Amino acid sequence: MNFKKMVFSLLAICITVTFISCGGNSNNNASDNSSAGNKNEILGAGATFPYPFYSKVFDVYNTEKGIKVNYQSIGSGGGIKQLQNKTVDFGASDAPMSDEELSKSPAPIVHIPSCLGAVIITYNLPDNPSLKFTPEVLADIFLGKIKKWNDAKIIAMNPGVKLPDLSISVVHRSDGSGTTYIFSDYLSKVNAEWNTKPGTGKSLDWPTGLGAKGNEGVSGLVKQTPGSIGYVELVYALQNKMPAAALQNKSGNFVEASLKSSSAAAAIDLPADMRVSLTNTAAPDGYPICSFTYLLVYKDQSYNNRTEASAKATMDLINYVIHEGQKYAQPLGYAPLPDAAVKKAEEILKSVTFNSKPLL
Amino acid sequence: MQIEKQIAHRNKKNKIFKGVIIAGTVISTLPLLLILFYIFRQGITAINWQFFTNLPKPVGETGGGVSNAIVGSILILLVSCVIAIPVGIIIGIYLSEVAKSRLAYYCRLAVDVLQGIPSIVIGIIIYEWIVRPMGGFSAFSGSVALALMMLPSIIKSTEETLKLLPESLKEASLALGVPYYKTILKIIVPSGLSGIMTGVILSIARVIGETAPLLFTAFGNPFMSTDIFRPMSSLPLIIFNYATSPYSDWHQLAWGASMLLILMILILNIITKIVQRKWKVQF
Amino acid sequence: MNEIAFQAKQINLKEKVFKKTLTLSAITVVVILLAIFFTLLINSMPSIKALGGKFFYDKTWDPVADEYGALPFLVGTLLTSFLALIISTPFSIAVAIFLGEYYKKGVVAEIFKNVIDLLAGIPSVIYGFWGLFVLVPIVRTIELKLNLPPYGVGIFTSSVILAIMILPFSVSLSRQVISMVPSHLKEAAYSLGATRFEVITKIIIPYTKSGLFAGLLLALGRALGETMAVTMLIGNTHQIPTGIFSPGNTMASVIANEFSEATGKIYTSSLIEMGLFLFVVVTIINILGKQVIKRFTL
Repeated sequence: MNFKKMVFSLLAICITVTFISCGGNSNNNASDNSSAGNKNEILGAGATFPYPFYSKVFDVYNTEKGIKVNYQSIGSGGGIKQLQNKTVDFGASDAPMSDEELSKSPAPIVHIPSCLGAVIITYNLPDNPSLKFTPEVLADIFLGKIKKWNDAKIIAMNPGVKLPDLSISVVHRSDGSGTTYIFSDYLSKVNAEWNTKPGTGKSLDWPTGLGAKGNEGVSGLVKQTPGSIGYVELVYALQNKMPAAALQNKSGNFVEASLKSSSAAAAIDLPADMRVSLTNTAAPDGYPICSFTYLLVYKDQSYNNRTEASAKATMDLINYVIHEGQKYAQPLGYAPLPDAAVKKAEEILKSVTFNSKPLL
Repeated sequence: MQIEKQIAHRNKKNKIFKGVIIAGTVISTLPLLLILFYIFRQGITAINWQFFTNLPKPVGETGGGVSNAIVGSILILLVSCVIAIPVGIIIGIYLSEVAKSRLAYYCRLAVDVLQGIPSIVIGIIIYEWIVRPMGGFSAFSGSVALALMMLPSIIKSTEETLKLLPESLKEASLALGVPYYKTILKIIVPSGLSGIMTGVILSIARVIGETAPLLFTAFGNPFMSTDIFRPMSSLPLIIFNYATSPYSDWHQLAWGASMLLILMILILNIITKIVQRKWKVQF
Repeated sequence: MNEIAFQAKQINLKEKVFKKTLTLSAITVVVILLAIFFTLLINSMPSIKALGGKFFYDKTWDPVADEYGALPFLVGTLLTSFLALIISTPFSIAVAIFLGEYYKKGVVAEIFKNVIDLLAGIPSVIYGFWGLFVLVPIVRTIELKLNLPPYGVGIFTSSVILAIMILPFSVSLSRQVISMVPSHLKEAAYSLGATRFEVITKIIIPYTKSGLFAGLLLALGRALGETMAVTMLIGNTHQIPTGIFSPGNTMASVIANEFSEATGKIYTSSLIEMGLFLFVVVTIINILGKQVIKRFTL
C-alpha cells in the first residue's frame, strides 16, 4: 500500500511539474534532433499561395542537389506559428508578419520574398463567362450584401453576359491564410465598411460563406459548387481551368491578372525589410491584388541545437529560390521577382548570421 | 367475431413490424455497401504499378504515387505497436489479476475515459508533450499518439481474455511450485494468446485510418523517409489533403489510397476471425 | 542447501519486480490520464482567465479582433450530434432488435453483424471523402429544389454522415442488452398469447430501456468528438448556423482547422479550452453510460 502511494504521488508530481513548465512556457528551449536539423533534409511549412511554385522548385532542387525539402502547405498562419515554435527550418507566408507578431517571436525574423503572385476572383457559373468587378461590388458580394448573380449591380458591370438567378455562395479560407490577408488588405483599402469589419487579417470573421482549407480547398469547393465565388492564387485557377475576373484598379482600368500586370504592380519603392503591401497599386496597368510571398527565417540561425551545416543548407536553398528557382515561376503563372526585389532580398540574406558570422 | 378480428389485427401489426425492422436493418447496411462499392470502383482505376512505387509529384503534375505514404503508415504503426502492445498487455494482466483494489478501479476508469477521448484532443496533447519539447514534428510523436489510442482496446481484450481462463489453470501451476511471475508469463498469457492477439489486431485496425492525431504530430512528408524522428507521410493524411484539393489527379490517388486502407482493415478483421477460430483453447 | 536458497532469493526478486511492474503500469495509466486533463487545463488557463464565461455565449469568433466566442461552435457541435442521434436512433434500435431478437444466430445474423462491425471500422477520413463526392452532390440537388444556396456541405450533410458513423456503437450495446432479456419473461408473455411485436414493445423494450439509453449515450459521446468527416463536410464558417442546410462548424473541426496556425497566447489557449470542454463532456457522457450499463447488468 505504501509503495503504491509513494510511487503514485512521485510520478504524478514529476509529470505535472514537467507539463506545467512545458505548457505555460511558449518559449520552449528544449533540445533535440529535429531543430538541430539534418543538412540533407530541410523542413518548411506555411503558405498555400505559392505551394505549386515551391513544390516544383523543391523537386528540381532535390534532383539537382540531392537535398530533400519537406514543405507542408498548412497556411501562412501555420507557417508563422511553427517558425515561432521552432519546429521548422523556415516558414512561408504571404502576409508579412505584423510588428506585434514580430515582437511576440522569440528572436528577430527576416522576410525574404520568393515570388510575386496575384489573388484572383474565381467563380462557378454555367458557361463560365468572363466577368468584371469593381471594388464596391466585390466588397458587397463578400460582405453578403449582394446575394444573387443577377443583381442589378453585377449586370451593370457586365452588359451582355447572361447571369442566372442563382444565389452567390461565397467561399473563403477556413485556415489562417496569407491569401486572405492579401485579399482583405485590398478590400480594406477600397471599402470603408470592410475596413471596420471584418478588417485585415489572416483569419477573419467572415460575414457570409463557406470555409475551405488552403487555396486547394477553396478552388476545389468553387469548382464543385454552382454559383460559388472565391479568391485564390492565379495558378490554382489556371491549373483547374477556372475563370478569373477582371478587376478595376485604382486608375479605373479593368485589369486581368497576368505576369505583366503583377510585375507592373510591384514597380514601387521597396523597403529594406521587404515588408510591403502591393495591393491597390497606383500603377495604371497593374493588377490590384498582387503580393510578394515570403520565406521566413530567424536572423540568427544559431538557436537550439541548430548546426551550422543545416543553417547553411537552409540559406543555400533560399538563395537558390531567389535566383535559379525564378525560372520556374513563369510557367506556373507566378511573376518572377523584379530585379530591385532580388537585390533587396540578397541584402537580407547577407544579414542572416550563425554565431555572428554571416552565412552567405 | 370481435376476438378474431382483434387477433387478426394484432397478427397484422406483428407482421408489419417485422417487415419494418427488416427494412430498417437493410437500409442501415446500405451506406456500407454504397461506400465500399464506390471506393472500389474509383480506387481500382487508380491502382497501378506507379501508384505503389512513385513518390508524389509537384502540384499539378501527373503520375505521382503514394509509396511514401504506404511506408509511412506501416512504420508509424510498427512503432505504435512496439509502444502499446507490451504496456497494454501488462496492464491487462494487472486488471485481470487484481480485480478489486482501489487502484484497479481507478485504472479501469482511466482506461474507459482514455477510450472515449476525441482523437483531435490526443493530437493536441501529443503536440504539447512531444512535438514542442522535441523541437519538431516526427513520426515518433505520431506513433505515441496512436499508441495512446490503441491502449484501451488492448488492455480491455487482454483483461477479458485472461478473466475467462479457469482459475484451476493458475492454481495447478502454482501448486506445482512454479513461481507466480512464471505462471503468468509462461502459462496464463500463452493460453489467452488468441484473445490478446484479437485485441491487438483490432486496435491496429482501429488506428490505421486515424488522421486527426497525425495532423500536428507526424505532419507529412513528400519524400520517402524511414527516420522516425522526422516528419513522415501516411495514408490517411494523404487522403485528407488530396480529397479537399481541386486536382482530379490527386482525387484519383486518394481513392486508391482509400481502397488500400479499407482492404488493409478488411484483411485485419478477417485475420481476427481466423485467429479466434483456430487458436481457441478449449477448456 | 545454499544453491537452493540462492535460487529462492532470485525468484523472490523476480517476483517482486514483476508484481511492482504490474502495479506501476496500472499507476501509469491513471497518471497519463490525469496528465492529459491537467495539460489541457493549464494550457487553457490564459483564455479562461481572459474570457471567462463569455467564451460560451459570445457568438463572435474573430482572431483579427482577438475576440473568441465559441458559441457558434457549441451550437454546431450540439446541432450535428443531436441531429445525428435523431437520424440514427430508429435505425439502430431496428438493427438491435433484428440482431438481438429475430435473428440471433445463423448466417443472416453473421452477415449483418459483420456488416455493422465493418461500418465501425471505416476510417473517419474515408467517410468524409465519400461524403464529399456522393452525399454533397445529392444534398446540393435537394437544396436547389428547395431554392436554397447549393452549398452541398453544411449541418445536414455532416449530421447524416455522423449518423452512419455512430450507428454501430449504439447497435453493439443495444443488441447485447436485448439478447440478454431473460427468456422466462418472454416465454410468460408468449404463453399468454402475445404476438412477437407485443413482446418486443411491451416486455423487451421497457426492460432494456436503460441499456438502450446507455447505447445512445455512448453514440452521442462518439458523435461529439468526431473530427475528420465533419471537418470535410460542414462548411467551416464562424457564423451560428441558421438552418439545417446552412454551413457551420463544430469545436472539433475548428481545432483541426486552426490549431496548427493559431498564433498568440489567447488564440491557442481558446482552442485548447475547446479541447478541454470536449474532453470533459465526452468523459462525463461515457462514464454516465457505463454506470447505466453497470446498474443494468447487475
